[in-house]
Amino acid sequence: MNARTKQLYQELVLDHNRNPRNYRSMEVHSHHAHGHNPLCGDRLELFLKVDADGLVADVSFIGDGCAISKASASMMTAAVKGKTVADAETLFQEFHAMSMGTLDPESAPNHLGKLAVFAGVRDLPARVKCATLAWHTLDAALHGHEQTSTE
Amino acid sequence: MKTNGFDVERIRADFPVLERMVNGHPLAYMDNGASAQMPRAVIETGTEYRSRYHANIHRGVHTLSQEATEAYEATRELVRAFIGAADQREVVFTGGTTDSLNLVAQCWGNTHLKPGDVVLVSEMEHHANIVPWDLVCRRTGARMVKIPITDSGEVDQDAYAMLLAADSVKAVCITHVSNALGTVNPVRHMADLAHAHGAVVVVDGAQAVPHAAVDVQALDADFYAFSAHKMCGPTGIGVLYGKMEHLKGLPPYRGGGDMILSVSFDSGIRYNAIPHYFEAGTPPIEQGIQLGAAIRYLTAIGMDRIAAYEQELLAYATEKLLAIPQVRLVGTAPHKAAVISFVIDGVHPHDVGTVLDDLGIAVRTGHHCAQPVMERFGVPATTRASFAFYNTRAEIDRLADGVREVIRLFQ
Ligand SMILES: Cc1ncc(COP(=O)(O)O)c(C=O)c1O
Repeated sequence: MNARTKQLYQELVLDHNRNPRNYRSMEVHSHHAHGHNPLCGDRLELFLKVDADGLVADVSFIGDGCAISKASASMMTAAVKGKTVADAETLFQEFHAMSMGTLDPESAPNHLGKLAVFAGVRDLPARVKCATLAWHTLDAALHGHEQTSTE
Repeated sequence: MKTNGFDVERIRADFPVLERMVNGHPLAYMDNGASAQMPRAVIETGTEYRSRYHANIHRGVHTLSQEATEAYEATRELVRAFIGAADQREVVFTGGTTDSLNLVAQCWGNTHLKPGDVVLVSEMEHHANIVPWDLVCRRTGARMVKIPITDSGEVDQDAYAMLLAADSVKAVCITHVSNALGTVNPVRHMADLAHAHGAVVVVDGAQAVPHAAVDVQALDADFYAFSAHKMCGPTGIGVLYGKMEHLKGLPPYRGGGDMILSVSFDSGIRYNAIPHYFEAGTPPIEQGIQLGAAIRYLTAIGMDRIAAYEQELLAYATEKLLAIPQVRLVGTAPHKAAVISFVIDGVHPHDVGTVLDDLGIAVRTGHHCAQPVMERFGVPATTRASFAFYNTRAEIDRLADGVREVIRLFQ
């Protein structure tokens, strides 16, 4: 495989695809949204429990999708758990900017950490929406929207 | 490699794009079901039109306009002969298959459908042969009813016969070849049954015309639609064949120039003759002329030889993919065109598509604009390799190796 695809399907992504973290539904939650990528048919459902201090106490997801969308959702839940809602929103902005190629995690200051593994999607326009679906769904859930679509 | 005297290397030399490298590999183009590539003859026909006689048609006495008109209208006769129509006037130029099917649904449907009537639409139709019928049914009060398909991806003929007998069926909409499954449908048999019940048959020929000899009269199709870009021609033009008895008496599709004889605020509008009556405005002239070049090219090779060679490719690819235990084929009808839809256990088709693209192999991944088919087989999407007569066994070997690489990566 060439470098671009190797960079995208790193072991970290493959592992989160095989064993997604926080993959479960949550009966008692404070926020919830459905995400749908009509182009690929990726679907996911996201649950959040935000406590009185504005901390994301718990977050989980279920759904079907490609390796990129599943791994991205899995890594997102790991990244925002325990963070404040404001920090989660910052991560959403940075992740989105990275996927669109307007933020280079190598050179610009950011909080992305391991999430920078998805930087490669900026060269694969057909896959950007796969990587950002979970994040758009998070943003929708935090703003009280029940549905989001990447279309 | 030569099989049955089919010199595929010589044919490949006609297609400039096949020399291209993609991601460091020679292009293996297996997305012919979406659009087939253009041979040099078709490309050069376009260049010649652009550089020598680009002009509007049907409306000038000057040399360029006359040359353009002649070349464009020559395609009509080529199409007629290619699909075995009785009369050139039964060949209507449209924007493509989608446009052709919308024309039938709107012009024929609005005229003939009334509340309580039924339009039968097979479960394996492309969205282009479903949505226009849903629209016209909503307008007219008719009902759209699905003809179910079987586990192998064939029309359930028993169910079809029962549906025909049960209701006031006015139209049967059936694809000649399924783009998502590859199934070749028994159009003549279904048309005979439909006609016995007084229904017309609207055939989506988009995937059939490029891959085997089609004879609309032998099929007894009432309407037959296809697109140039799937048969080595350009985008933007397609054909609607309609039996003259059905085309006659239809209301206009769109109004404008070319479809009229005269327009007067005082004495009214007089319409042009069929087929021009359905062809308002300046058509894609260059593309129409190129469609003619594509038909000449395909005819010179011979549709029967193309079909025979593609059947060899289909058998070879089926064997190669079935040898991989994690691969499951979607669409296993005994009579198929060279289309293979498959899923790999535990791997989403989009990841398959990205990895194969990395290896220079172009396949389609997704629902193929046939979401009811995906629903029927319980998959969100499939990976589809659709072959043309310029594909080779060596490319199919690369596809199978690529699929193995995908499995290694994601397991
Ligand atoms: C079976 C079938 N019908 C209809 C269409 C629509 O053709 P077009 O997009 O050229 O109108 C296609 C191709 O996409 C097809 O495969």
